[in-house]
Amino acid sequence: MHTWPKFSTRRNKQLFWLLLCLLTPIVAILSLCIGSVPLTPEQIFAVLTGQDTTSAAAKILLYTRLPRTCAALLAGSALAVSGAVIQTVLYNPLASPGVIGVNSSAGLAVALVCAVSPFAQQWTPFVAFFGGLLGVLMVLGLSERTGASKMTVVLAGIAVSNLFSAGIDAVVTLVPDALNGVSDFRIGGLSGVTMSQLAPAAVMIFVSLVLILSMSEQINILSLGSDTAQSLGLPVRSVRLILLTLAAALSGAAVSFAGLLGFVGLIVPHIMRQFAGEESFPLLLSSILGGAFFVTLCDLLARVLFAPYELPVGIVLSFAGAPFFLWLLFRQRGGRT
Amino acid sequence: MITLQNLTAGYNGKPVIQNISLNFVPGEVLVLLGPNGCGKSTLLKAALGLLPPMSGEVFYGDTEIRRLKPREIAQKAAFLTQSRNTPSITAQKMVLHGRFPYLSYPRHYSSKDHAIVRQAMEVTGCLPYENVNVSNLSGGERQSVYLAMALAQNTGTVFMDEPTTYLDIHRQLQLMQTARTLSQLGKAVVLVLHDLPMALGAADRVAVLGNGCLQCCDTPENVFGSGILDTVFSVEVHRADTPHGPQYYCTPKKEENECRTFLCSSIWKDKI
Repeated sequence: MHTWPKFSTRRNKQLFWLLLCLLTPIVAILSLCIGSVPLTPEQIFAVLTGQDTTSAAAKILLYTRLPRTCAALLAGSALAVSGAVIQTVLYNPLASPGVIGVNSSAGLAVALVCAVSPFAQQWTPFVAFFGGLLGVLMVLGLSERTGASKMTVVLAGIAVSNLFSAGIDAVVTLVPDALNGVSDFRIGGLSGVTMSQLAPAAVMIFVSLVLILSMSEQINILSLGSDTAQSLGLPVRSVRLILLTLAAALSGAAVSFAGLLGFVGLIVPHIMRQFAGEESFPLLLSSILGGAFFVTLCDLLARVLFAPYELPVGIVLSFAGAPFFLWLLFRQRGGRT
Repeated sequence: MITLQNLTAGYNGKPVIQNISLNFVPGEVLVLLGPNGCGKSTLLKAALGLLPPMSGEVFYGDTEIRRLKPREIAQKAAFLTQSRNTPSITAQKMVLHGRFPYLSYPRHYSSKDHAIVRQAMEVTGCLPYENVNVSNLSGGERQSVYLAMALAQNTGTVFMDEPTTYLDIHRQLQLMQTARTLSQLGKAVVLVLHDLPMALGAADRVAVLGNGCLQCCDTPENVFGSGILDTVFSVEVHRADTPHGPQYYCTPKKEENECRTFLCSSIWKDKI
């Protein structure tokens, strides 16, 4: 059985919360300011308060930077919380929406809909939700029916993920224009995101986050193991299903506008556990902030590192996430069980 | 009182326990005995509704278990499981989870809940490390925290699956004393144990399972006298009268011991 990293000291914890609460809005403001045309905080304030709606700065902010920053904040929060929930429900620290195939199944659903009906983009969050739900139920069914080990669930998830990725490749090969509307879909990217594209996904993410936070006590009980949780009066099967449905909604909504962003759902909950502990409410809250901070920071780096060229944010996330994932695997192998 | 009537239960369509009728009487310590894999844990899970019966019935009082919600079952019976996850939270928060069946919205634990938790921690001796992270505790200390969580549920029946695992002898005897105290408070205490002498010394009634069936359920003296333990476990159980009352001990069966000695010596005599 995996033992999560130990609690940090109380002072470290306070510092962590302070930094998280400060750094997330700071990186969001930086994301609005920094770009090929630098904007000052005063300009941003004027545009956001409606004093300036016609200048070039206003257009850049309203049509490019603001949607992109909101997209980064939303995708980060959604994927991180989705990862935290999936890890708890499957009792598996290696699980995440990217690893177990939730993102790619959501992605395939988006690709199929875009291929069949290119004008149905406003429906992509909902389609992605059902796609993600299919992926998550496949892995849950496998882990429940076979009583598979943690590693088997991850390996099965990777197989499921590859299956759906092959499906995306097949759709893109047959209908090359299918994913034109969703930038850098396969790697994950946020350029070209519009507010109209973001709005339905934002609603879905907000509702899912509120529902998940309201179930934090049930998540605490679930983390004790199925038998203990059920003997404490938790209807385990239905709570698991509800939580995975909400996790799929979060991942699906994020995939619908950001593409297949990897590693956020894996690494952010792990880092947050180190500082915020394992109690679900602080863990989920810190994952919301931490995920938002991490993706917004990576997106900012993707824009400025090789300016005037721009990397898809998924590449930066993978460069940060892959070494962490490997470290996690090695640590588990050598760790106490 | 919880009653099992002709209960058959198992996994993937294969029965592990068959046609078992048994009741768990308030004010009594009942110990379930049986060799590995005979279905002791399966019986507990079926009695708690964690495993649906393949046939037969489980009654909580006059009510069939299938008519009860998980929360209602959790208010009537607590379960100390054999294997469980160890989250990284303090012992006190862990024990507080035992009050979950009584939580209603907005899901805040009351001062009454905290008082019951404190009492449960005192009984199991884990109060000194109430603020220590459970993952930093030893196996025995963790066990006492889990036991406190089960006691905090404040139920009429307490099921404990191998509760003495990880415990040193002092804590094992303490746990048996706790079981006795709980039964004196009117609770039905059901223990799954592997230590025959301890089981025979602690129980009011002993239920012996073998090959998935209930072989015998009677007082320790009668179970010992029937010789069923010798058959089921393939050992010889003896009784000695001491100033502290009758004490039981086990030895391997003579012929089996001789056979094993012969086999070992014939395999290794040239290699030693």
